[in-house]
Amino acid sequence: MASPMIEARDLHKRFAAVEVLRGVSLDVERGEVVAVIGPSGSGKSTFLRCLNHLETIDRGRIDIEGETLVATDADGVCRYSSDATSRRICRRMGMVFQHFNLFPHLTVLQNVIEAPITVKGLRRDEIVPQAEDLLRKVGLLDKRESYPSRLSGGQKQRVAIARALAMEPDIMLFDEPTSALDPELTGEVLRTIRELAEEHMTMLVVTHEMAFAREVASRVVFMDGGEIVEARPARDLFASPAHPRTRAFLDHML
Amino acid sequence: MSYLLEILGPLLEGTAVTLQVFLISFVLAVPLGLLLALARISRCTALGGLVNGYLWLMRGTPLMLQMLFIYFALPFVPVIGVRLPDFPAAIVAFVLNYAAYFAEIFRAGIQSIDRGQYEGARVLGLTYVQTMRRIVLPQVLKRILPPMSNETITLVKDTSLIYVLAMNDLLRAARGIVQRDFTTMPFVVAAAFYLLMTLVLTVGFQRLERKLAVYDG
Repeated sequence: MASPMIEARDLHKRFAAVEVLRGVSLDVERGEVVAVIGPSGSGKSTFLRCLNHLETIDRGRIDIEGETLVATDADGVCRYSSDATSRRICRRMGMVFQHFNLFPHLTVLQNVIEAPITVKGLRRDEIVPQAEDLLRKVGLLDKRESYPSRLSGGQKQRVAIARALAMEPDIMLFDEPTSALDPELTGEVLRTIRELAEEHMTMLVVTHEMAFAREVASRVVFMDGGEIVEARPARDLFASPAHPRTRAFLDHML
Repeated sequence: MSYLLEILGPLLEGTAVTLQVFLISFVLAVPLGLLLALARISRCTALGGLVNGYLWLMRGTPLMLQMLFIYFALPFVPVIGVRLPDFPAAIVAFVLNYAAYFAEIFRAGIQSIDRGQYEGARVLGLTYVQTMRRIVLPQVLKRILPPMSNETITLVKDTSLIYVLAMNDLLRAARGIVQRDFTTMPFVVAAAFYLLMTLVLTVGFQRLERKLAVYDG
């Protein structure tokens, strides 16, 4: 059997005195869309950021498509793979941030083609048609020459998605992609993510959008206090949460 | 009028010296300043501390003293002691001194860039060097233009300090004529030349600023 796209085992992480992750384990299979929900401070964003090495874990093991990003040996020493290896592994995961993190000095098109040219060494004329297709897909081809500051939040986030897709990742990580948006702009971003789900992109989405999680995710993970409280198919979890903490959270959110 | 033409020759020669010292110092001090800034903010605290000490020394003593030291005292320093002719000695002094000031400008600029920019670049697979070169420094350039413009103009005027090494820059040439002919006219011409040089720089920096104004942030 093929190894899971993401295999996280017993992740531990602390910031100073606060234990943010307390033994988080999760497998994500190819084509799965997993929504991670939970109260703020539950560790869900940190969990996501550990998967692509934006944060380091203190203990545990992460394999991406069968390749080890980090492992902990019998003595409890946590070892990351070399810089180059880790960068190569993490490149298979595209990431979309809450605050977009577009490059303000580059136009929309330049934002999308920057990494394929700089990192993959593609020629401009090789990547531009592809980038234009991606921009068309997210509905922003007409903005190709605009600078990010001229775009609305929803447009920025769609550019960020196109930028991540331009590196042809196998997995997409979304860290609260709509949390910084005005409510009327979340729809366009969620629609784009939903389209990716329909194309069977493997995705891990940290979100506060319960309706979106229920509709799009194949599985929903509820995190609280640095642990995964339950992880079940979306329909089941929303219809009959098994754990009282999940029930309390959902009652509060819905 | 004919007098003006007569003194123009030596003044232009002085201007050439001034411009050479300025240009060479500027071109060398900027990259050194950038390296110092990167070393200062690097995770290696020993390196950062070393740079800190260097900045203290360079910003804490008069530039003229540094120049005199490099020209007169350096030959007697064990191991690194070399005797430099006046022109290279002046350049070394200006580069070492101005790099310290540029370093702090670069540091302020680099540290003003949001952490999200590094993360955005990193998840796309860019290395540290690529992130700096393609993402961070272009944005830093825009933010540091006003203070860089300041320092650069100051450098033009500071080149007049080389008179202590008996080099014939614009100001020393003017002073020589003033003392010879008992007229202040050469000072006026020298002032006009300095103003012209700094005007070119000011306009250049303004143009660059306007060019980079196409984006916000």
